[in-house]
Amino acid sequence: MSEREAMDFDVVIVGGGPAGLAAAIRLRQLAPEATVCLIEKGSEIGAHIVSGAVIEPRALDELLPDWRNQDSPIRTPVSEEEMYFLTETKGHRIPALDRVMPHLANHGNYVVSLGEVCRWLAAKAEDMGVEIYPGFAGAEVLIENNRVVGVATGDMGITREGEHGPNYAPGMELRGKYTLFAEGCRGSLTKRVMAHYDLRKGVDPQTYGLGVKEVWEIPPENHRPGLVVHSFGWPLDDRTYGGAWLYHFGENLVSYGFVTGLDYENTWLSPFDEMQRTKLHPVFRPHFEGGRRLIYGARALSEGGLQSIPRLTFPGGALIGDSAGFLNTPKIKGTHTAMKSGMLAAEAVVEALATSRVEPGSFTQRVRNSWLYEELKSARNVRPAFAKWGMKAGALYAGIDAMILRGRAPWTLHYRHTDNETLRPASLSEPISYPKPDGKVTFDRLSSVFLSNTNHEEDQPVHLHVENMPLWKTVNWDVFRSPESRYCPAGVYEVADEATDPRLVINAQNCVHCKTCDIKDPAQNIDWVTPEGGGGPNYPAGM
Amino acid sequence: MKILVPVKRVVDYNIKVRVRSDGTGVETAGLKMSMNPFDEIAVEEAVRLREKGAATEVIAISIGVQQAQDTLRTALAMGADRAILVLTDESPEPLTVAKILKVLVEREKPELVFLGKQAIDDDMNATGQMLAGLLGWPQGTFASKVEVADGRVDVAREIDGGTETVSLALPAIVTADLRLNEPRYASLPNIMKAKKKPMETLQAADLGVDTTRRLTTVSVSEPPTRKAGVTVSSVAELVEKLRNEARVI
Amino acid sequence: MTVLVFVETEAGQVRQASRSAIAAATKLGDVHALVAGDAAASDAAATAAAKVPGVARVLKAGADVLAHELAEPLADLIVALAGDYTHLLAASSAAGKNVMPRVAALLDVQPIPDVMAIVDADTFVRPIYAGNALATVKSSDAKKVLTIRAASFDPAPAEGGSAPVEAVTVTVTDETSRFVSAHTPVSDRPELESARVIVSGGRGLQSAENFHKYLEPLADKLGAAIGASRVAVDSGYAPNDSQVGQTGKIVAPELYIAVGISGAIQHLAGMKDSKVIVAINKDAEAPILQVADYSLVGDLFEIVPALTAAL
Repeated sequence: MSEREAMDFDVVIVGGGPAGLAAAIRLRQLAPEATVCLIEKGSEIGAHIVSGAVIEPRALDELLPDWRNQDSPIRTPVSEEEMYFLTETKGHRIPALDRVMPHLANHGNYVVSLGEVCRWLAAKAEDMGVEIYPGFAGAEVLIENNRVVGVATGDMGITREGEHGPNYAPGMELRGKYTLFAEGCRGSLTKRVMAHYDLRKGVDPQTYGLGVKEVWEIPPENHRPGLVVHSFGWPLDDRTYGGAWLYHFGENLVSYGFVTGLDYENTWLSPFDEMQRTKLHPVFRPHFEGGRRLIYGARALSEGGLQSIPRLTFPGGALIGDSAGFLNTPKIKGTHTAMKSGMLAAEAVVEALATSRVEPGSFTQRVRNSWLYEELKSARNVRPAFAKWGMKAGALYAGIDAMILRGRAPWTLHYRHTDNETLRPASLSEPISYPKPDGKVTFDRLSSVFLSNTNHEEDQPVHLHVENMPLWKTVNWDVFRSPESRYCPAGVYEVADEATDPRLVINAQNCVHCKTCDIKDPAQNIDWVTPEGGGGPNYPAGM
Repeated sequence: MKILVPVKRVVDYNIKVRVRSDGTGVETAGLKMSMNPFDEIAVEEAVRLREKGAATEVIAISIGVQQAQDTLRTALAMGADRAILVLTDESPEPLTVAKILKVLVEREKPELVFLGKQAIDDDMNATGQMLAGLLGWPQGTFASKVEVADGRVDVAREIDGGTETVSLALPAIVTADLRLNEPRYASLPNIMKAKKKPMETLQAADLGVDTTRRLTTVSVSEPPTRKAGVTVSSVAELVEKLRNEARVI
Repeated sequence: MTVLVFVETEAGQVRQASRSAIAAATKLGDVHALVAGDAAASDAAATAAAKVPGVARVLKAGADVLAHELAEPLADLIVALAGDYTHLLAASSAAGKNVMPRVAALLDVQPIPDVMAIVDADTFVRPIYAGNALATVKSSDAKKVLTIRAASFDPAPAEGGSAPVEAVTVTVTDETSRFVSAHTPVSDRPELESARVIVSGGRGLQSAENFHKYLEPLADKLGAAIGASRVAVDSGYAPNDSQVGQTGKIVAPELYIAVGISGAIQHLAGMKDSKVIVAINKDAEAPILQVADYSLVGDLFEIVPALTAAL
């Protein structure tokens, strides 16, 4: 331990997504003397960013009011919107979308590559004096006298067996008066902080979704910049929350993806294959004709909303963005809320710095007094309604909630289960037969992972810890028939010798860092920890 | 003894590039860029020579756009002592690079120039040999082992079917192959310290080098996909096909 | 047009890669072949080169300074002979890649390495980005310096021609570079990267014992190197340095036989450029079958011994 070098900062930020970058920029705006260090486990800023993404510019307007006059990558305004309820062969277009589903109305919003937006924000932050270090994963939370005093980056050059390899380089302690965790959904350090300070006490369990995304390049004659299409219904059954999106943006690019609620029950369900087969539906298929697939990726997102947000602060820091669960699920948007939470946390940290307070406690009050809280409050009953009553009745409730109650219902619906508790055993689940990939519109997992440019240094310990292998056999295999081999969108989990001696093979190198296994594993037996920094996907611009 | 190490900024080796649909080239916009892996090996070897006392200074050079300074920072974080950035508009071809390097060699007077054997973007495998030719220096290409002593450098070289060792009188050019060493990580503390190391910026235009390209790219295409194979029904059929159709046995 | 090809020989024969370069050169004009070595070696090499059909004349450079194909004197020699030749060629071999760029620099020419196709006298196709893209490039240099990718041109035959041999005067000297030693192991088992045939095994072999028991006899028969998938290495069936794949070795032999390998993408990335791929697998859905030229679906424990016996 003593060989680790240490460096002191006013604020350390873990994660270079919209929340972390907005916090960093806000900090330097309000306290130009404050030293701010931001680390990112991806090989560069944006390398691990997956999002639809239609973004609402509200938070950006507040953070960088002049952004429209700058050379930003936010260039495709939403121009047309379509929402479909799908049956197997037909798509029923929802009329008067702005009244029935006002949360989905996207007037004034933009279709972007969130990875590019983050790269742009990072350049701004660096110009303002933020020190940004991509390629370094936060591996350890430093807690002294019950106060978080920073994080340590992971050691590099540890061999598979856990020994120091020839290139061993110890991690570094990044010590901050305050530490902001902006790891996105299900952050591995956030998980430890939550446990240490019991931050989830008294709030609903978090519920999640898994977004699986592709970026296509399509013929210019078919491209309708700013077109936004959403669907729900087929191919998911009524008990499963989710749907597809398809956005036209940039230079002949299409962002297509599918979110599956991770409270799904059927163990045979494969979110990856739901995404693939939805492309074959007549509503979506024409968009892909003559096109080619460029990029693939996946990431879990927090869907719980207001009820599931934990206590936000603790001695020495705060949780921001989707690490805390600031995603507006009915809107399927988390960028503006993530940024706003980062900005509010920055304001609270600046106040705490000035007054030498241990905990940046005013963050919570600042959230309560902001539009962020109002927005999440009015959206709070939509997602649990789907969980409670299924897709169709949930949609009906959402319509009533929007049109009549206007989000001001005097009641709050709750989540009762964590996502790992909802699976039904294999014997009670109806098998799903997915079509074979055709190699033109639909593809298999491995050729998909190839397009995420994923790699991990080969000789390092497996970063997916299965705590108890015999438990895998008795629970995951005997009861659920290895759901991880289906929900993992990257083919990390495979079962070897199924017929004779089933055992779990972990291809950790394929991992795209979506965190689904950490969330959905029925026995909570899989712990996702950060691998050596720089590993994981390398999503290029466009993602 | 000074060592010069030219390093190139290339698309990261983890990234699969794609050909632009109009066939004008490979799409590189928005891709992660890194130091050419063979150049990392060259930097590592140069730094090790300095650490062993065989060299006194390691100077990293990059020729290219402004962002190549990130590549130089990596070289500095790995242990290079200072850096020189030569700014050009586009990625110059090896002949031009060799001519620019020759000017810098004449200015810095190193006894060893250590390069990667090839860049993983254009796969030319030429710059080191060309610089050696222009300078009239001996060359030890595709090095898998390097020893410096008594005014000479002994280089074990990867050749077809094995290795050979040559002994070169200094000053000399060495190009690094994959097995020479495993480069160290640019650790976070060293990246932080590298920000304070000196970096000089020059304009290629000021060096008096003719940068006219000799090669123009007419088009770039995807390699042909493998044609669908056949399923054979027996070992006998397989052997027959391999003998008479594929003619590989 | 007359072109000059630097030709390498081995054991009294023109190396196959050089015969591919000769085949490429015949598309450009009359072919003169240059052989170099000490007096005895250059005599033998000239005799071999004269037999290659398509060679119009052999230039024989015999001198001690040329004994080891050192780039410094060899480049000076080629430059001295470059005269009116429109194109200077060599194989994309270790020797060709070593010397030709040096030649080009001395002639103030940008070389064109790894030529895969000749479009016209100025225009060539070559791989970039590890073969993930093919660039067609046009040279404005008066003289072209090319190295030829052997796999792209069917080699000229070794026998059948009878070109005249002309000894050239060698005036080059070199004080800066000297040959010390060569180590070219004569192993029964070639190295993975340079093997013509590779037999590679995966999880389907089920144990280290089976891995050796089934693959080694087959590899012996074929004079093949032995490779392995990552799973096979991870499971301890095969040593680490035998791993073929994105993070292991990238190979492109003439024949690649994948035994019990499902074909994870990382593995495919390491061997997809092989000329002929054979897959032996019990699973008809295995991804390896999508890239294989010949697939045999069935029990490898029966197929592999039968194949070994049939060869």
